[in-house]
Amino acid sequence: MPSALGQPTTSGILFFLLFVGISLAITYWAARRTKTTTEYYAAARSITAFQNGLALAGDYMSAASFLGIAGMVALKGFDGMIYAVGWLVGWPVLLFLVAEPLRNLGKYTFADVVAYRLQNKPIRIAAAIGGILTVTFYLIAQMVGAGNLIKLMFGFSYETAIIIVGLVMLVYVLFGGMIATTWVQIIKAVLLLAGVTFLTLLTLAHFGFQPGALYAAVAAKYGQAALEPGTLVSNPLDAVSLGLALMFGLLGLPHILMRFYTVPDAKEARKSVAYATGFIGFFYCIIPLVGFGASVLVGREVIGTVDKGGNMAALLLSELLGGTPFLGFIAAVAFATILAVVAGLTLAGASALSHDIYVNVVKGGRATEMEQVKVARVATVFVGILAIILGIVFKGQNVAFMVGLAFAVACSANFPALFLSIVWRKLSTAGATASIIVGALLATTLIILSPTVWVDVFKNPAPIFPLKNPAIVSMTASFVTAFVVSLLVPEKEAESRFEAEKVRTYLALGAE
Amino acid sequence: MKDIKKIEASREFKSLVALRWAMAGVLTLLVFISYYGFILMVGYSKATLARKISEVTPLGIPLVVAVIIVSFILTLVYVFWANSKYDTMVEYLRKSLDH
Repeated sequence: MPSALGQPTTSGILFFLLFVGISLAITYWAARRTKTTTEYYAAARSITAFQNGLALAGDYMSAASFLGIAGMVALKGFDGMIYAVGWLVGWPVLLFLVAEPLRNLGKYTFADVVAYRLQNKPIRIAAAIGGILTVTFYLIAQMVGAGNLIKLMFGFSYETAIIIVGLVMLVYVLFGGMIATTWVQIIKAVLLLAGVTFLTLLTLAHFGFQPGALYAAVAAKYGQAALEPGTLVSNPLDAVSLGLALMFGLLGLPHILMRFYTVPDAKEARKSVAYATGFIGFFYCIIPLVGFGASVLVGREVIGTVDKGGNMAALLLSELLGGTPFLGFIAAVAFATILAVVAGLTLAGASALSHDIYVNVVKGGRATEMEQVKVARVATVFVGILAIILGIVFKGQNVAFMVGLAFAVACSANFPALFLSIVWRKLSTAGATASIIVGALLATTLIILSPTVWVDVFKNPAPIFPLKNPAIVSMTASFVTAFVVSLLVPEKEAESRFEAEKVRTYLALGAE
Repeated sequence: MKDIKKIEASREFKSLVALRWAMAGVLTLLVFISYYGFILMVGYSKATLARKISEVTPLGIPLVVAVIIVSFILTLVYVFWANSKYDTMVEYLRKSLDH
């Protein structure tokens, strides 16, 4: 099948320009409304639950979910679906454990919550480092993915692609702050959900709208094994560890946690998680159909020839079913997906630098509104340029490893300290700081010694640490460290402030 | 400040906090059972997932969808409970603080 993939098509460029044009117009509108810090970091807490649900879904459904899972199902069958489930199950847990306390205690970043009754400076520095590490690894993964995808989709060089993504994203975040970033997420989430739903309907139309007929076609072409679990989960302990990382990593992703400050109160925060879970769940239910459809209609061989990882399966299928214009649309959606996720990450990184480090540590919490917004913008430029440079430096690196690392650091460094600061009276500054440091270092070290890096990247014959994802060890160690150090170095002051924090956590007294 | 201490020590507030975590705990446990149950089944009992429920469709495919739907339903259960029952109790306690 001759494909228009890999060269800029008229429709592809039109849809791309249309999306960028509309979102820049929104940025212009948002920029005029972005003067205070609350507007810059939290969209003036004016986002509704439905809008925030879409924005959360937009922040979470990256190109890895869209193109990656479709490709994995296309090439590996049922095993790809196992991943789809893992990406969803963190959402209810996020709602049950941290969403409300987060909304009731914090202002702009999750470090606000951890630092609430502990000593501000050490906690801010530690929490900001945990947050920035997570954001950076996630950002590198997204940038490297973006470079490769755009190269495959439009035929630009890798470096050009990275620079385009970096610059357009920088304009959104820099001028429009959280208001513009939220709207870019909303547009992208709607486009993604609509595009994939349409693609699924086109696929099912081929099989008389009977998923059973689609599965029968898969079984006829690749055997019944394509519909059964294969080799992905060969080691259950590894699978459980990955599951823990996916589930609790979500609870430590700074760009997701930040979204809870854009809604007016805990009630709206809860509703927004329900919307997000609905959208993401629907998406993960239908994306395997796209993958199976691609394996039957396009064929594994063609998909594998275009890209070994299968990332182009959804695009090839859309071209086959809807012609070049539909390919152009889906390609633009994939681009928008990457752009929006990178924008959300950059804003989260910039907030940690400016709000946590500069305003609270360097200036001791005393900085004027104008100064804060200015510093936030400088930090944004810094993070944006860093993203472009890292994207180019890490060219050709394994993206899955970077995403795994981001989730491992998030669940080991950020989540235990955040959770314990909410529920455990005896947590002390020393305990929280030690927990963050141990979690971050252990997660990073174990990933490097794991099969993903020690064998796949460094080409050693055997891994030093047997599991692909270290969460089960590093998250446990982080919790144990927090307990032991807090009991060894207790803090009377923090314990006595726990009552006031508790009343505020549950009754939202004094919450912004 | 005195009020905060009083509220924190009150029986109503303590039972509110206990109820909230009981609810969150049970629901989290249900998510764990459905998700890790599925993962362990993939690890230890592939044959169960491969069992056909119609001509070709194996049990594993509807189970994937079921885990996703269960997660969504548990989310809704919590949101409805919290936005009606829990918030009413919170409102009551906040009012008593004003007096």
